[in-house]
Amino acid sequence: MRSPLTPEMATQEVQLNETLAHLKTESETLKTKLEEERAKLHDVELHQVAEKVEGLGQFVMKTRRTLKGHGNKVLCMDWCKDKRRIVSSSQEHAVTMPCTWVMACAYAPSGCAVACGGLDNKCSVYPLSLDKNENLAAKKKSVAMHTNYLSACSFTNSDMQILTSSGDGTCALWDVESGQLLQSFHGHAADVLCLDLAPSETGNTFVSGGCDKKANVWDMRSGQCIQSFETHESDINSVRYYPSGDAFASGSDDATCRLYDLRADREVAIYSKESIIFGVSSVDFSLSGRLLFGGYNDYTINVWDVLKGTRVSILFGHENRVSTLRVSPDGTAFCTGSWDHTLRIWA
Amino acid sequence: MNCVALPRMSSKTHSSNNIAHARRTVQQLKIEASIERIKVSKASADLMNYCSEHARNDPLLMGIPTSDNPFKDKKPCTIL
Repeated sequence: MRSPLTPEMATQEVQLNETLAHLKTESETLKTKLEEERAKLHDVELHQVAEKVEGLGQFVMKTRRTLKGHGNKVLCMDWCKDKRRIVSSSQEHAVTMPCTWVMACAYAPSGCAVACGGLDNKCSVYPLSLDKNENLAAKKKSVAMHTNYLSACSFTNSDMQILTSSGDGTCALWDVESGQLLQSFHGHAADVLCLDLAPSETGNTFVSGGCDKKANVWDMRSGQCIQSFETHESDINSVRYYPSGDAFASGSDDATCRLYDLRADREVAIYSKESIIFGVSSVDFSLSGRLLFGGYNDYTINVWDVLKGTRVSILFGHENRVSTLRVSPDGTAFCTGSWDHTLRIWA
Repeated sequence: MNCVALPRMSSKTHSSNNIAHARRTVQQLKIEASIERIKVSKASADLMNYCSEHARNDPLLMGIPTSDNPFKDKKPCTIL
């Protein structure tokens, strides 16, 4: 039972409510101003400017390799920078990884370690060895600790720091050696599902996407959210920077991919079709940024002309949801992972 | 079964938390509203330039000959 309010407490409560109402009004005013400022610069659409660009011809891309051997759905994969090796949930294609509930994995830039984690709320780093008999689980190093599942992880430009995103609504930057939390990133209102680091030339920022339908751009040093985009109509499952670092693409449960330009501070393209009704799980660009590949929950891959906004190809092959998609570092192929227990390499 | 009674947050604490959250939201919006922006026409032109400058180095875009792509199967050689 609530204790009765004294007259002083009642007055304070009224004052607090007035302050709250005032702040909310100020919020709404700022949001309107933000939209107005963005709209002022919206002088043309990207696909209109791109009309003068030559159209793309027919694309013939096929599965060139199918990697079987998972006993389970493949949830994530990453390419090694220097060699044609891949790590995926449950298995590194040279060594067996001792994790079973992995939702995120990443290769260290040196190629000497992998990071992974998921339902254990942690991100752990495992050194790699070609000795199949070596017990890797013993050498694992716990680095990150969240209060909910780990959804994504990525090394920064060295083996020394890892960036993570979590179902606890935050992202965090960790020192691998000490396990120390270097910076945390608060601002999402729900689970953060994905992240991507800006290409190193463009500075210390990264983008994250979440169940709050927002894509946020963060300053890694200050922990500040510097830009926020909320145009998707459902969870954002994947975000990926355009190769120049001036834009990023997103894929969502609303069945669309979108392109956001950071300098124009707005969405500049939507990649969608009425016939595409299943969510996008994963997106990535070809090396020049002209093509956007999307893996979908309807088992297909759609290939989009980034500039013109049209679909240039649809690829079939997987027998269940495509859950992860990454273009190789040298751009010669892309890899998809699926709930059908396989990985496919396309070129 | 024992029920543990949780201490109820006083209405003042609850309102203070809401206010702190609202203040952070206003601060965040001020930061976002103040950034410098460029026109979509300029941003689009830059994206197009980047694509065209790097097109020839994009194997998936250009398609590379079967013999050069390590993932594509090489045709078997037959000796006549």
